[in-house]
Amino acid sequence: MTKFVVSRLFKAVITVWFIVSLVFVCTRMSGDPTLWILPDDAPEAARIELRESLGLDRPVTAQYVSYFADALRGDMGCSYKYLRPVNEVFAESAWATVSLGVLAFSLAILLGVLLGVMAAVHRNSPLDRITMSATIAGYTVPNFVFGILLIFLFSLKLRMLPSGGNSTAAHYIMPTLTLMMGPMANIARLTRSSMLDVLRQDYLECARSKGVPEIVVIFKHSLRNALIPVVTIIGLQMGIIIGGSVVVETVFAWPGIGSLIVNAAKTRDFPMLQYGILIIAAAVTLTNTMVDLSYAFLDPRIRDNF
Amino acid sequence: MQAILHVNNLKTYYYAGNRVVPAVDGVSFTLSRGEVLGIVGESGCGKSTVARSVTGLFDRSYTRIEGGEVLFDGMDLTRQSAKTLNRIRGKKISMIFQNPLTSLNPVYTVADQITEVLLLHEGMNRRQARERALELLTMVGIPEPKARLDDFPHQLSGGMQQRVLIAIALACNPQLVIADEPTTALDVTIQAQILRLMDNIRTQFDMGMLLITHNMGVVAEMCDRVLVMYGGVVVEEADPLQLFDAPLHPYTRGLLAAIPSIEAQKETLYTIPGTVPRFSHPVTCCRFADRCPHCAGHCRTQEPPLFRTGDGRGVRCWNYLSEKEEPSQ
Repeated sequence: MTKFVVSRLFKAVITVWFIVSLVFVCTRMSGDPTLWILPDDAPEAARIELRESLGLDRPVTAQYVSYFADALRGDMGCSYKYLRPVNEVFAESAWATVSLGVLAFSLAILLGVLLGVMAAVHRNSPLDRITMSATIAGYTVPNFVFGILLIFLFSLKLRMLPSGGNSTAAHYIMPTLTLMMGPMANIARLTRSSMLDVLRQDYLECARSKGVPEIVVIFKHSLRNALIPVVTIIGLQMGIIIGGSVVVETVFAWPGIGSLIVNAAKTRDFPMLQYGILIIAAAVTLTNTMVDLSYAFLDPRIRDNF
Repeated sequence: MQAILHVNNLKTYYYAGNRVVPAVDGVSFTLSRGEVLGIVGESGCGKSTVARSVTGLFDRSYTRIEGGEVLFDGMDLTRQSAKTLNRIRGKKISMIFQNPLTSLNPVYTVADQITEVLLLHEGMNRRQARERALELLTMVGIPEPKARLDDFPHQLSGGMQQRVLIAIALACNPQLVIADEPTTALDVTIQAQILRLMDNIRTQFDMGMLLITHNMGVVAEMCDRVLVMYGGVVVEEADPLQLFDAPLHPYTRGLLAAIPSIEAQKETLYTIPGTVPRFSHPVTCCRFADRCPHCAGHCRTQEPPLFRTGDGRGVRCWNYLSEKEEPSQ
C-alpha cells in the first residue's frame, strides 16, 4: 500500500513537471511580454532594459534552469503585472475558486449519484426518461453557453440573481450550476448504467432473502459495488471542473484563479501563467491519485493487488 | 409430523408483452418439520419460481401471483406487506442459493454478511453478533473460523463460500430453509460435503427444507418426498424409493433413463426427445404430450388432473387412469 502511494505520488510529480515545462516552452514561444507591459511608443532601449531585468534576454535553457532552481527554493517568481510574488497573488484569489469548485464538485457527485440511482431503480419510468434526457443536455451544452443563458434568464429578464462577482451566497448560485452541470450529467449516466448492472446480481437476491429492507439493499449492497466504475470518471470530472472554472470565472466575472490565468495568458505574464498551470496540474493529478486509492477502499479485490 | 408450510394451488404467471406464461400453474404441497421435500425438473419447469413465490422474492414488474395461497406460521405469505415479509425472510424462512461466488456481496467481509441478519432480526449488538457468527462458521465446518471472519468472499474457495451462505441461512434458527440448487455450482467432492452438512443440520435443528434441484442423485441422497415438475405443474409426487423403483409418469421415466449408469456400456446417453415447449395461458392439453411416447387422443385436448394413487403418490397422466381401469392391459 505504502509502495503504491509513493509510486503514484512520484508519477504525479513527474506529470506536473512535464506540464509546467511544456507551458514554460510555450510561453517563451508566444512572443515578447514587453509589448504588453510598456506603451506602444516606448523607446527600444527601455524594452531592452526591461527584458534584461526580467531575465528574458538569456537563452531559454538558462531561463528554464534558473526557473526550476528558484522554484525548488520556493521562489515562484514575480508577476509582471502585480510586481509581487505570484504565490501571494494566487493565494488572495484561491478561496473564490476553491469554494466554488468544491461546492460544484460535491453537488455534482451527490446529485449525480442520487439521480443515477433513482433512474436505475425506476428504470423506464417517466423519472428515468426525464432524467436521462436532461443529462444529455447537461453534457452537450457547453458551459459558457449555459452560463450566458442563465445570466440572460435570471439576471436580465427576471432580475433575480446577480450576474457577476462573489460577495453574497446568491452570487454562487449560477456559477455553481454552470460548473456542475456537465460533471453531474456524466456521473448520473454512468451511475445509472453501473447500477443497472449491479441490480441484476445474485448477491442482492441473497440480501433480500435475509430480510434486508429494499432501501438498504439499494444504498448499502448495490451502491458500493456500482460506485467502483463511477469513481474513475469522478476523477476525470475534477479535471473538467477545474478547466471549466477558467471559463465560468470569465463568464461570471468571478475573482478567482481562473480569471487570473486567463489574464496572465492575455498579457504574457509568464510567471503568473506558469504558476497557475502548476496549481491546476497539481490539483488534477492529486485528485486522480486519490481516486485510485479510493478504489482500494471500495473494492477489496483491488486491495489485494497492492 | 407438524406441518409448517402449506402451498395450495399456487399460480405464478410471467407477463411478457401480450403473452402470459404460466410459470407455476397450480402447485400444491405440504412440508413438515424435519422433512426434506425435493422439487426436481429441468430448467424452466418452474421449480425456482415456486421457491421465489414462497418468499415473495420475484420481480413484480413482470411476475404476479395469480392465485392460490402459501400458508406459513398462520398467515398467507402471498398477501403480506413487504415489511412483514422482511421480518420473516432470514428469520423464519431462509434461502441457500445456487452460485455461492455471486451470492455473496464482493465488497463486504464474511463477518459483515453473517452479522447483518443477526443485527436485523435478533436484536444483538455488534460484539454478540460477531461471537454468534464465529459459532456459526465453526458449526458449518469452516477451518480457522476466527481468521475467516474478516476475509472477503473472493478469498474463499467455492465450498467455503457455500458454507458461509449456509451459515447465513442458519443464523436465526429458521423453521424453513429453501435451498435452490445448492450444489450445482460445486465440484463433485465438495457437493458431497455440502449435502452431508445440510443433512446434519436438518436433523440437528428439526427444520423443514425445500430442496430445488435437477440432480436425481441429490434427490436420492437427501429427500423424504419428491415433486417432479414439468411445464409449471407437478407431474408426479412420490417418495424417492417409489420414484426410483417404479416411476409412474412418462416424464419421470425419461428423466431416470437419462441418468448415466456405471454398469451400462452405452455410447450415447438417453435423452427425452424434443425440447421444453413454451406454454401460454390457458393450457388445454397434457403439457408433456408433444414429447410423450404414450400420447393418446385426449392428451391433446384436456389437461389431466393430479391423480392420487392411494399410497401417498400422485401422477398427472391420463394413461394412469386408463391403466387402472383396464388392469389387464
